[in-house]
Amino acid sequence: MPLMRHSSEVREMAGELGKYKLCVSARSTDKAILRKAQDGGIVTQLFKFALEEGIIDGAIVAGQGDEPWRPRPFIATTVEELMTASGTKYNISPQLSWIKEATRSYGLDKIGIVGTPCQMQAVRKAQLYPVGLRDVPDKIKLAIGIFCMENFSYMSVKQLVEDHAAMKLEAVKKMEIGKGKFWVYGKRGQVVQLPLKVTHKYEQPGCHVCLDYVANLADVSTGSVGSPDGWSTVFVRTRNGDDIWSKAIAGGCFETKPIEQVKPGLELVTKLATEKITKNQKTVEERAKFGVNKGLRNPYLGPK
Amino acid sequence: MADKITVGHVHMSGCTGCLVSLADNYGGLLTILDKYADLVYGLTLADVRHIPKMDVALVEGSVCIQDKISVQEIKETREKAAIVVAVGGCACYGNITRFTRGGQQNQPQHESYLPVGDLIKVDVYIPGCAPCPQLIRNVCVMAYLLLKGNKDQQDLAKKYLTPLMQLADRGTEACGCNLMFDVVNQGLCMGCGSCAAACPVRAITHEYGKPNVNADLCIKCGACYAQCPRSFFNFDVIPEFEGIMDAIDAALQ
Repeated sequence: MPLMRHSSEVREMAGELGKYKLCVSARSTDKAILRKAQDGGIVTQLFKFALEEGIIDGAIVAGQGDEPWRPRPFIATTVEELMTASGTKYNISPQLSWIKEATRSYGLDKIGIVGTPCQMQAVRKAQLYPVGLRDVPDKIKLAIGIFCMENFSYMSVKQLVEDHAAMKLEAVKKMEIGKGKFWVYGKRGQVVQLPLKVTHKYEQPGCHVCLDYVANLADVSTGSVGSPDGWSTVFVRTRNGDDIWSKAIAGGCFETKPIEQVKPGLELVTKLATEKITKNQKTVEERAKFGVNKGLRNPYLGPK
Repeated sequence: MADKITVGHVHMSGCTGCLVSLADNYGGLLTILDKYADLVYGLTLADVRHIPKMDVALVEGSVCIQDKISVQEIKETREKAAIVVAVGGCACYGNITRFTRGGQQNQPQHESYLPVGDLIKVDVYIPGCAPCPQLIRNVCVMAYLLLKGNKDQQDLAKKYLTPLMQLADRGTEACGCNLMFDVVNQGLCMGCGSCAAACPVRAITHEYGKPNVNADLCIKCGACYAQCPRSFFNFDVIPEFEGIMDAIDAALQ
């Protein structure tokens, strides 16, 4: 019985970036996708390709919820539906909550899902330890992870935008974290930038024990960091991810550049990943002796 | 034949849904019985009256303490089996046999059923109502590797089973409230939604990215807490998902 194949082609350059077969800077070749994209339109384009090719028959994306900029997990089964969900929302969309329902009410046999690194961890736990997910594990056909430093609750984003940036949420066209700032772009062209320091107290505490920055457990993971404006850094990680990515490249879906040839490149990704993981590792350790002979739970040690 | 492990299905007070879940591995179950395990005990499946000696006992259901035979049989199971696995919410936590659903009047029979772990030491937990066929399958394959595999396989099996053994050690109480007590209140929830997906009775929704449990619907099967990536997340196993899933698939070919 073959156990734990360690493929030599899998590079483990730095533990912080996880295993990957390929890393490039890329953007979609579809103008309509790029117009609405956060960066290079990787997630929307890859799901569009997978939908059109029948690799997946639906994708769990972060769609529009009941309030402006409040996302909710949404199952897109057409390209039109997919397009309504593009862009980063900077607050929580419980993506996994639909993973079983997608195979039931929606009757999907081949599911795509996009999510943060912690949600990719949840996807893989769901596959190896499917406690309440009957017949779900082998139906997950494409898991796309997005780089994530931390996430906010909806109330936090509301506070940041409406109080700190003095803009109504419904008037916001795009939000972005980059170049050390939290950027809010208004629909009428106004731009407000907040120092990241202001945002820290609004982060959700659960993010401070997270030991993954670039979605190490996704099939394909992507984010803006490392690539020039309008482009995304892409890690192709699993055999399955590699298979789908190669087909998408062959299908002309993406324009790519070797990551070594773009600025700021992998150096910045590695730096940020190391910073996040080092800081959070320290938090995990401090939690153990947070009180007087009493500590807080460490999920990495077991389900106590 | 000599290399197979022996497995029994011990039926306490449960609805047989757990056994159906085991059977729902279809061809996979036949492969398991063909290559890895002999079923030495099981209601309607094996013509054996008394609990025999066996490697692994899969116990379904809680123990009716008004029924002397049940109490005797569960104790006997502990003596005869090397590994006792509590399969399903009733065996692990009482679940619907205690029917401790919120908003329900107490009834005398609710006091008659104990989770297996209240009477004997249980080694491995498979929570959920019904437990997931694929998780039962994974545990069966890992139990085989633990008892009959080479050193690498034994190491993997140990690592894989550890959190499920820790769940057994953790105790015989679990419900939607554990999401609050042990995850949200500990500042660990990051709103992934796994709990809501795992819940068999749709008692969990998410409000602004955090679970909201309807205690009146919760049947206390323990699936949500066990599924949560912040109840346990073992870095020595889960990141190897590709290799492990390949190995399990290969084992069932």
